[in-house]
Amino acid sequence: MKLLTAERIRLLVPSMSLAVLLVAVFWLQPRTMSYTGLNLLFNLAVPIALATVAQMLIMMVNDLDLSMGTFVSFVACVTATWVQTDPLIGFAILAACIGVYALIGALIYLRNLPSIVVTLGMSFVWGGLAVLLLPAPGGVAPDWIRAIMTVKPPFAPMAIVASIGIALVAHWLVMRSSLGVVLRGVGGNERTVERAGWSVLRARATAYALAGFFAVLAGMCLVGLTTSADANIALRYTLLSIAGVILGGGEFVGGRVSPIGAVIGALTLTLAASLLSFLKISPDWQIGAQGAILIIVLAVRLLLNRSEARGTGQ
Amino acid sequence: MSLVRQVFGKPWIWAFLATLATFVVTILFTGGASTVGLAQAALTFGAFSVIVGLGQMFVVTLGPGNVDLSIPATMTLAGTLALKVMETQDGLIWLGLVVTLLTGLVIGIANYGLIKLLRIPPIIATLSASFIVQSAAIWTNRGIRIKPPELLAQFSTASTLGIPNVAWLALVISVAAWVALERGIYGRFVSAIGQNMRAARLAGVPVDGVRFATYVLCALLAAITGFLLSCFSGGAALNMGAEYLLTSIAVVVIGGTAVAGGFANVPGIWGASLFLFLVVSMLNTYGASAGVRMLLTGVIIIGVIVAASRRPAR
Repeated sequence: MKLLTAERIRLLVPSMSLAVLLVAVFWLQPRTMSYTGLNLLFNLAVPIALATVAQMLIMMVNDLDLSMGTFVSFVACVTATWVQTDPLIGFAILAACIGVYALIGALIYLRNLPSIVVTLGMSFVWGGLAVLLLPAPGGVAPDWIRAIMTVKPPFAPMAIVASIGIALVAHWLVMRSSLGVVLRGVGGNERTVERAGWSVLRARATAYALAGFFAVLAGMCLVGLTTSADANIALRYTLLSIAGVILGGGEFVGGRVSPIGAVIGALTLTLAASLLSFLKISPDWQIGAQGAILIIVLAVRLLLNRSEARGTGQ
Repeated sequence: MSLVRQVFGKPWIWAFLATLATFVVTILFTGGASTVGLAQAALTFGAFSVIVGLGQMFVVTLGPGNVDLSIPATMTLAGTLALKVMETQDGLIWLGLVVTLLTGLVIGIANYGLIKLLRIPPIIATLSASFIVQSAAIWTNRGIRIKPPELLAQFSTASTLGIPNVAWLALVISVAAWVALERGIYGRFVSAIGQNMRAARLAGVPVDGVRFATYVLCALLAAITGFLLSCFSGGAALNMGAEYLLTSIAVVVIGGTAVAGGFANVPGIWGASLFLFLVVSMLNTYGASAGVRMLLTGVIIIGVIVAASRRPAR
């Protein structure tokens, strides 16, 4: 039993960055070192973590979803309106959305389209639907979602417990279940999977449907935290989710992803935003700082990969 | 007969047919009242898409995974900086142009530097770079709207021989791009890299140099568009580049350039740019609300891309 498997090394960089950031935040603002403090720090990380897992499922099959932000916003609008007033219709709409995601996955494969173009087009579709549903900010979060999101478990705050839960479920789904192996195989070598008798079409549609499912959860959680919705509520999730997957050690091609890493990546990004405000850095540079963090992490990973390659070469 | 077949065999013909159809449908509604006005508006706004689209076209032609996502941020930063240094004085226009070109140059170098040094896919490299550029734009803009110099404002809104000046400019750039692509060594190099990078390298194509030049060219064209657009609209706005992310990619794909790289097409960029503008104005003429307009734009773009795609042999 090797202690340092490739999977664990992959998790090393994201875990270290999270730890460093956490120490920095504690040092700058010691009051965050409490149950309430931690909850406040990581509260908004739950929907981001879910969206990141959704993006990871798409990146696993070598695609990229540029409609993630508008889709989560749309789900938030549906949750704050239909799910609240007519749960049956609301859930039917959300189920249909997951169906649309599966269809897009199938379409991209069947016509060999570039995923970024199709999902950019879809971002207009979701954005338009969200504006039609809620032209002005409003709606009310259903009470039961609100209750779930504000529950206070013993020992650790909800945000931490939920993040660990999401990481474990996603880890089991992607790394341990047989479905996950096929899906990662599609990202690794599509033709091999096809020759082994699996339907690539079905696998890709499944990956997209699963991504849609996690994105729906992200939108619902977000509304549970914000209590109302708006058509632009989650636009930055597109970039955050992609950055989260990469920070968490996911690769862009080859089906090499890390669900636990993705959740850690999402937590890191949330924490980075808090750190910047504690450092009194102008909000103008918030997005830029996220870009810089992304570049630094990629550079560190490149250095690690190089030293690893040198180590095995000797 | 062979002439007809030859014309209909061109990949760009569909974009122009779609443009014509949209134009007729819009004119039918207005009863021919604003034919000239609509054509002029289409040429003006189409021109901006053409210039950014040409840059994106060369990048996409470099092969799968090559796309520049930093175009909107580049446009905004170039427009903002240029207007700032010109201080609304006609005598400082040369300085504005120099700053515009420098902005494009620096961003292009940064983009390719990230791709090459960090060995990351262009999508992620240009995305991370765009975060930083966007922050720089927010920081320099500060919500203050600086007017363009009078001379530039006049030039960019006026027409010569009944055709808008910006359209003339786009035409000149297009002809240059066509010559470079179809008659020059640069176009051969770009297409060769897109068809097979390894083969191109073995054949002695300076792969790194050509890719570097292409990313710089794309950033330069985006900067010029940002400059023109901010002069045309009487000042730089932070969100002015936002819609050009989808537009630049969509005009390339709809225009008949191969998404997988290797085959570029200049006339198609014009057809697709005019088409995209006319779709939006058609929806406006028919009184569609903002939500419906977004929704239909997304659906039409995806529809056209699906229709235009040829199912490749697997």
